[in-house]
Amino acid sequence: MEALISILIGILTAGGVYLCLRSHTFPVVLGLTLLSYAVNLFLFMMGRLVIGKPPIISEQAGSYADPLPQALVLTAIVISFAMTAYIIVLALKARTEMGNDHVDGKEVR
Amino acid sequence: MSHLAIVPLLLPLFTGIFLLLLREQRIYVKRAISGISSIALIAVAAKLLCTVSDGSILVYSLSNWPAPFGIVLMADRLAALLVLTTSLLSLFALVYGMRGTDRQGRQFHILFQLQLFGLNGAFLTADLFNLFVFFEVLLLASYSLLLHGGGRKRIRSGLHFVVINVVGSSLFLFAVGVLYGILGTLNMADMAVKVVHVSADNVGLVKAAALLLFVVFALKAALLPLYLWLPSAYSQTSAPAAALFAIMTKVGAYSILRVYTLVFGNEAGPFANLLDGWLLGMALATIVIGSFGLLGSKRLRQQVAYLVVISAGTLLTGFSLESPAGIAAGLYYLPHTTFAAAALFLLADLIVQRRDQMEDRLEAGLVITRQKFLGATFFILAIIASGLPPLSGFIGKFMLLRAALEHPALPYIMAIILANGLLTVIAMARTGTLFFFEAHAVDTSTNTYIKQGEPEPLRVRELLPILSLLSLCVLMTFWAGPINSYCLDTASQLLDTPSYIHAVLGKVEQ
Repeated sequence: MEALISILIGILTAGGVYLCLRSHTFPVVLGLTLLSYAVNLFLFMMGRLVIGKPPIISEQAGSYADPLPQALVLTAIVISFAMTAYIIVLALKARTEMGNDHVDGKEVR
Repeated sequence: MSHLAIVPLLLPLFTGIFLLLLREQRIYVKRAISGISSIALIAVAAKLLCTVSDGSILVYSLSNWPAPFGIVLMADRLAALLVLTTSLLSLFALVYGMRGTDRQGRQFHILFQLQLFGLNGAFLTADLFNLFVFFEVLLLASYSLLLHGGGRKRIRSGLHFVVINVVGSSLFLFAVGVLYGILGTLNMADMAVKVVHVSADNVGLVKAAALLLFVVFALKAALLPLYLWLPSAYSQTSAPAAALFAIMTKVGAYSILRVYTLVFGNEAGPFANLLDGWLLGMALATIVIGSFGLLGSKRLRQQVAYLVVISAGTLLTGFSLESPAGIAAGLYYLPHTTFAAAALFLLADLIVQRRDQMEDRLEAGLVITRQKFLGATFFILAIIASGLPPLSGFIGKFMLLRAALEHPALPYIMAIILANGLLTVIAMARTGTLFFFEAHAVDTSTNTYIKQGEPEPLRVRELLPILSLLSLCVLMTFWAGPINSYCLDTASQLLDTPSYIHAVLGKVEQ
């Protein structure tokens, strides 16, 4: 399970980094989104993988799932969501202002 | 528990929300509220500075949750100094914004206040994740302020700025995740306690996370390989935004100073002085590259942006000396360089308006209106920025070099700082000559460069901010003694981590 999640995060990050380095705004936005997915999963996993345990200390359950990373990841999701929305609007604005969607505003031919 | 530590956060936040409700109101109402709030913020920051100047550390636990479990705000000498610098800078940038920039979009004052909220939050928080949140608050506000007014070039450089900072935020979260996964806490004081007991097989992971964190802070502080976003973003944005952004690179420098003295400082066991040998080299290289950029700039605002890069390098040179005197020199240099860069950004804007199509390109144009006054102001600011005696820049650099006397890398530090001073003088002298001495008189047949029939008088709203920022630098020269002793106290307080940890964690430890 740990290995599976690690590989998943790795693939997401690799895809995100690759897309971020592309020369057009749309792939870059997708890349940033993938990166934020990867980072959210990663943060979530930092509480360790625990199955079927309550996120609170209770004597019946014996152990607990760390609730703090869940709170952190909620914050991170909200922030990355807002950032993505903002950057999409900005990319669209750049597209209309500059006439193309190259990140530097000029097509290299 | 005193509520003073949280007031610098709540004041701009509530003003921002209040302004949001008044969006449809006339601009004068918004200006008045925004201005009064900024003046009040200065008063609060001054009170905070007076309270902590005796060496006490104000700790504010939100909702009264005890330290490592709840979120804690903390105000010590360093935080108070930076909050005061921010509040002074913001008032003058705001007053300059009232000359018309705030009419270009309805949200200017709201964004401005939220940016202050983020800045003050970043300085006052004692929690690493909270630092991330406040970074995001100040970044989101700065993205919108950067693009305020629109325009093709502004949007292009804005896009780069946003993308690189979003990537930076992802790296920040990766680092925070690893640190939480191993240390089990995000309270910086608690991290400093736990980091000593990290088991041997986790040392590498924590080191990687700590250095990843350094990459993020270096990105914000515009250190060498990560400074490329700064010149285009700062030189394209509106003048009040650029002036306020002069403090933004200092947030990165502050975070480096805070985290790498407290969590990974002298007493961090396997991580003691993690940045030794890295930070100094990078800071000096930043100064070198910044100087070349300064000489190669084709526009005045680009030059000022490179001055911001150089100042980041200079104050991090001070911080990397690891001695109280070095940190104190950096801390003295920080407000000085912030005010000087902001004043230069504002003055550049006045020059741009008077040169019409020439804007601030470094070419000789026609004589601009009010050229004697603007030229004299530019001359004084150039002296301050390049560190010539007798003004504050000289004192800052002198303190820095004196602190470096004992350091093994003294020859490099001395050579680079002094050469940078010389190159800055050359660059500023060239700019001043082109703008003011070589300007030719108006030729009526080819009168294309100045707006006809407009004498363009200087208004109080334009002069007050520039002259106030300039006189702050002059005051820093006169009060160099008291400010220096405050900075020295700050440095020794920073290096005395046990008392910080005790102040924040206090009862829990016993």
